[in-house]
Amino acid sequence: MLRFVFRRLIAMVLTLWAVSFVAFAIIQLPPGDYLTTYLATLSSNGDRVDPATIEALRQQYGFGEPYIVQYWKWISGILGRGDFGQSFEWKAPVTTLIWGRLGNSILVEGLAVLVMWFIALPIGIYVAVKKYSLGDYLATVAGFIGLAIPNFLLALLLMYLSFVWFGTTIGGLFSSEFENARWSLPRLWDFFSHAWAPILVLATAGTAELIRILRANLLDELKKPYVTTARAKGLPEWKVVLKYPVRVALNPLVSTIGWLLPALVSSSVIVSVVLNLPTAGPLLLRSLTSQDMYLAGAIIMLLGVLTVIGTLISDLLLAWIDPRIRYGSK
Amino acid sequence: MTKPLLSINDMSIVFTSPDEPDIEAVRQVDLTLTPGKTLALVGESGCGKSVTARAVLRLLDKNADIRTGEIVYDGRDGQVDIARLKPDSTAMRSIRGAQISMIFQEPMSSLSPVHTIGNQIDEIIVLHEGLKPKQARERTIALLDQVGVPGARDRANAYPFELSGGLRQRAMIAMALACTPKLLIADEPTTALDVTTQAQILDLLRQLQDDFGMAMLFITHDLGVVAEIADDIAVMYLGDVVEQGDVFEVFKTPKHPYTQALMSSVPQLQRKADRVRLQPIKGTVPSPKDRPVGCSFTSRCPHAFGPCAGTRPERTQVSEGHMARCHLLTHTKEEALV
Repeated sequence: MLRFVFRRLIAMVLTLWAVSFVAFAIIQLPPGDYLTTYLATLSSNGDRVDPATIEALRQQYGFGEPYIVQYWKWISGILGRGDFGQSFEWKAPVTTLIWGRLGNSILVEGLAVLVMWFIALPIGIYVAVKKYSLGDYLATVAGFIGLAIPNFLLALLLMYLSFVWFGTTIGGLFSSEFENARWSLPRLWDFFSHAWAPILVLATAGTAELIRILRANLLDELKKPYVTTARAKGLPEWKVVLKYPVRVALNPLVSTIGWLLPALVSSSVIVSVVLNLPTAGPLLLRSLTSQDMYLAGAIIMLLGVLTVIGTLISDLLLAWIDPRIRYGSK
Repeated sequence: MTKPLLSINDMSIVFTSPDEPDIEAVRQVDLTLTPGKTLALVGESGCGKSVTARAVLRLLDKNADIRTGEIVYDGRDGQVDIARLKPDSTAMRSIRGAQISMIFQEPMSSLSPVHTIGNQIDEIIVLHEGLKPKQARERTIALLDQVGVPGARDRANAYPFELSGGLRQRAMIAMALACTPKLLIADEPTTALDVTTQAQILDLLRQLQDDFGMAMLFITHDLGVVAEIADDIAVMYLGDVVEQGDVFEVFKTPKHPYTQALMSSVPQLQRKADRVRLQPIKGTVPSPKDRPVGCSFTSRCPHAFGPCAGTRPERTQVSEGHMARCHLLTHTKEEALV
């Protein structure tokens, strides 16, 4: 088991290195750089800029240098000093900008994942065991509606309804007085009174998908002979289902945890814009349009880290619940 | 004669489906099991022998329905008709695993791939005997040892995929015997194993039957296996038990044309000069929906005559304990020739 983890860790480091390399290349792909965008904004405002100043800035940021040199400066800064560079647009170090937002992202989306599993698991088991019952059809219809409604539309709908019915606006994650406060009980309460809407919105589509996958897996497993064996032991039906087929049917679901987090981050961008959430998604979008390369690079890099960590977690979970994987990879 | 432990009387099982007409997989089965004896249920694939066995434990799918007949079990709490119990009721569950248990054909897929065999055996002991997990594990190890699993203490922590087919089936047997059942149903327990392992497993089952004194219902399509293990035999064809009786008598003087045909299609080791061609049974098994109203073997029977297709033959006693369902036994030869 230790060797298994160790090998996964080495693979993880190599993957991260590749991700950083590609991430840096991607943010440099669009023609021009931050200064060209900056100049365009200035000149459209009618300001004139001294070419010498621009040249000095270009030198200072190292825009003229070859890719490898720029990459080396960036990555050595990250590894050596934990310095992700400067955000041109915000005129602040990237690190101070992203930690809070990334934290919010992980918090909201992590909770969305939990809610998703919490709702999907019992429903998925129920619909598989009671195949073609009324409950199955209802859950299927509801699931497909949840799957079909775009998240942002659901967000808009919730905003509208909560305004019409309760006269409150939902949006943001904190009230203004708690925005920059330290974590405390009132702040937590405030967070949840805001966060339920985005969490619910983010969880719906995923819940529907999870229910479908779990139902399909479980239907396959319920027919397997080992389920009959368990019944022949005299176990009550619920115990038969929960201990054996559900356990096996969970494997494919657990292996999806890895890419769930980054997928949620990227899919939540529009929802975050609509609901005005201080998460990483909108920041990434903004930094990409303004070619704020160090900020964009840092966020993409950290999303990569999330993916890799998620994959490691799901690998470990899989190895833990399925002995065939644990012993197969000796 | 000892009191029967379980008797199945005139049982029929029908499979219903929303899109197709009902299929009567088992039409008329009468079986009797006595303690300490082994009854072999023989027949080709799809003749309803597994369905019959599963019906005894009420392990059939939801679309299967025991239409007629009774399964009278004389258990710890007096006589019960298993056919009238609800499949998931406490009464049924207290019989399953504790008083009647079952071993299945494929030990790999019949054991959970993600639980250790120790865990799977402990469970049944904890469930029925209410032992603490630690005591249950000790019992499990003793059982594994008894069924001939070497290094039982370590093997209890092994997963099914780490064991060979023979060891897996031994583990399965240990599980079935964990609560010293009165009846063991073995559904083709040696079909998935090679011949050497098969012989070992059969020896083991016979020896365990002597130790535990249980009755055994042994399902197989291998007549060689029957000869080795069974006291009595019941031959099934397309949902009907066509002949049953003492295994030697039925083997020596089969009365039903199907049994006779089966016996003459068994290859025998002979010197080259003495060899005769095997006689196959002509035709193929019809599907249950094309089954004649009368004797189900009519379409393939070389002796079929007047009443065969239309009238169900009665259960006729040939000699003490030897029964067959055939019109040839009740009608005189002259009639048969008409």
